[in-house]
Amino acid sequence: MSLSRQRVLELESLCRSFRIDLIRLLYRIQTGHPGGSLSCTEIITTLYQEKMNIRDPLDPGRDRFILSKGHAAPMLYLNLAQKGFFPKSELSSLRQYGSILQGHPCAHKTPGVEVSTGPLGLGLSAALGVALSAKFLGQEYATYVLLGDGELQEGCIWETAMAAAKFAPRKLIAIVDHNHVQLDGTNDEVMPLGDLSRKFSSFGWQVFSCSGHNISALSDTIDQANTVIGKPCVILAETVKGKGISFMEGKSAWNGKPLALAEYNAAIQELGGVNYD
Amino acid sequence: MTEQVAIRDAFGCALKQLGASDPRVVVLEADVGNSTKSILFGEAFPDRYFNVGIAELNMTAMACGFAYSGLIPFVNTFASFLTTRASDPIGSMAAYDQLNVKFCGAYCGLSDSYDGASHHSLSDMAFVRSLPGITLLSVCDAPETEWAVFAATKQNGPVYLRLSRAPAPILYRKPAGWQIGKGIVLREGSDIALIATGYPVHQALDAARLLQDRGYSARVIDMHTIKPLDKDLILDSVQKCGCLLTVEEHSISGGLGSAVCEAVCEGTPVPVARMGICEFSQSGAYEQLLEHSRLDAASIAARAEQVIRHNTNS
Repeated sequence: MSLSRQRVLELESLCRSFRIDLIRLLYRIQTGHPGGSLSCTEIITTLYQEKMNIRDPLDPGRDRFILSKGHAAPMLYLNLAQKGFFPKSELSSLRQYGSILQGHPCAHKTPGVEVSTGPLGLGLSAALGVALSAKFLGQEYATYVLLGDGELQEGCIWETAMAAAKFAPRKLIAIVDHNHVQLDGTNDEVMPLGDLSRKFSSFGWQVFSCSGHNISALSDTIDQANTVIGKPCVILAETVKGKGISFMEGKSAWNGKPLALAEYNAAIQELGGVNYD
Repeated sequence: MTEQVAIRDAFGCALKQLGASDPRVVVLEADVGNSTKSILFGEAFPDRYFNVGIAELNMTAMACGFAYSGLIPFVNTFASFLTTRASDPIGSMAAYDQLNVKFCGAYCGLSDSYDGASHHSLSDMAFVRSLPGITLLSVCDAPETEWAVFAATKQNGPVYLRLSRAPAPILYRKPAGWQIGKGIVLREGSDIALIATGYPVHQALDAARLLQDRGYSARVIDMHTIKPLDKDLILDSVQKCGCLLTVEEHSISGGLGSAVCEAVCEGTPVPVARMGICEFSQSGAYEQLLEHSRLDAASIAARAEQVIRHNTNS
């Protein structure tokens, strides 16, 4: 069922506050990847705050989420804290010595992180294993995995694409954060991805496309993917790297660049936040 | 003629037996199931057998996915591929998160002899040893293979099990009280301790007999666990024998010999000589390749004699 206008507004407001929190956090610690977290804000937030059946990170029946593009860890952490899996006060320790919040997701340190990621191209394989486990555990959970578009250049993604079509677990749903930009430049400059829809489709996947910043469209597309039987699904979510902060949008330079004070102030102002620093 | 059983056959049978007793066990294979003998499990439990095709990296990360979900995956391919092209998740997922994945490196060392150097595994133990929190097992005969499979399953956390292709004489006729991390003294001796792992354990035993004929007494140890290493037994051998010789079908760097040297240096330094593989090998009969790498009984005995004499004279 489509989300109510009211609910969409609530989630949009939550995304705005996550973006503000993210920028504050990354400015304070002067390390981390703003661009990749900003492009997947709506995707992760829609999953965790609306779609996924997950109240307790240890419940065997919970829906699973794997952040294959592990460098977007801060946006995952903001969502996990919002769910109450750890206190929001932990967020300020991101990337700091002794923190439960590592630079890339760590399953044994952070409550709610399902799989450790960081080396790109492996999260889809792990997600396939997680999805196939459901029938042995007598569970019917959905397994969501968020991929960056750059990491589709990894060969392992296509090994898994083949294997997922062969083993066809229930409810394996990959979402590509298609922001068209990676560390050294655009996808097209670094290594063109070609027609992703036809590629996944020819590998035996059911392919969906939608805007990755439109919560209503994301929600509807995720619902549709959940009705598919006998095929893995991929949602190609069209996004903008650095979304919400105009000087970052579409710029590979913001993949992992710390913010200067003037940039920080401009970003917070554009997001409509109050500058506490 | 001593009864010989191929280690891979023993492995396949043990896996099948394990499948019957533990429903959490799933097996992954990368299109060499008829060689690794994981197919024996696959035929008995097709629903729990995942042949991923020639795609080793996906296999290891997918296995981690099963383990994150509480299952016990056994991952199978040749050792030469498992710890090279598929190594990333062994470290970044299995070891890092202490996952219950059992990595089975088949056709280890020179044992896939005729296929040539591209199919020999010289560096697998070095890679695995360097990862924190992983157990490294290397077996020498059929009963030990079965014990290792079951012990690895009981052990919580990642295990790498190194398996030879070769038919091996049956060494263990009765239960040896086999435990992970506890080396086994196969023969007592006082002039030198021959510490071997995997198939060369047999050559070390034969070498000890040759040495006996020449008036030397050699202790022989089956060091089936490289990590965690049985340092107590190594230091006990230092005390009893005064010098050591390690023998392994692996690069001379980074495997058993290196591990023993580290333990001895940090304990009571005495002469330690190492025998292993020093260069890329070639196609040929297994016994020829062992001899070429000086891993045959005569070469081991000759080296041991040198070490004993040097130790006595110094």
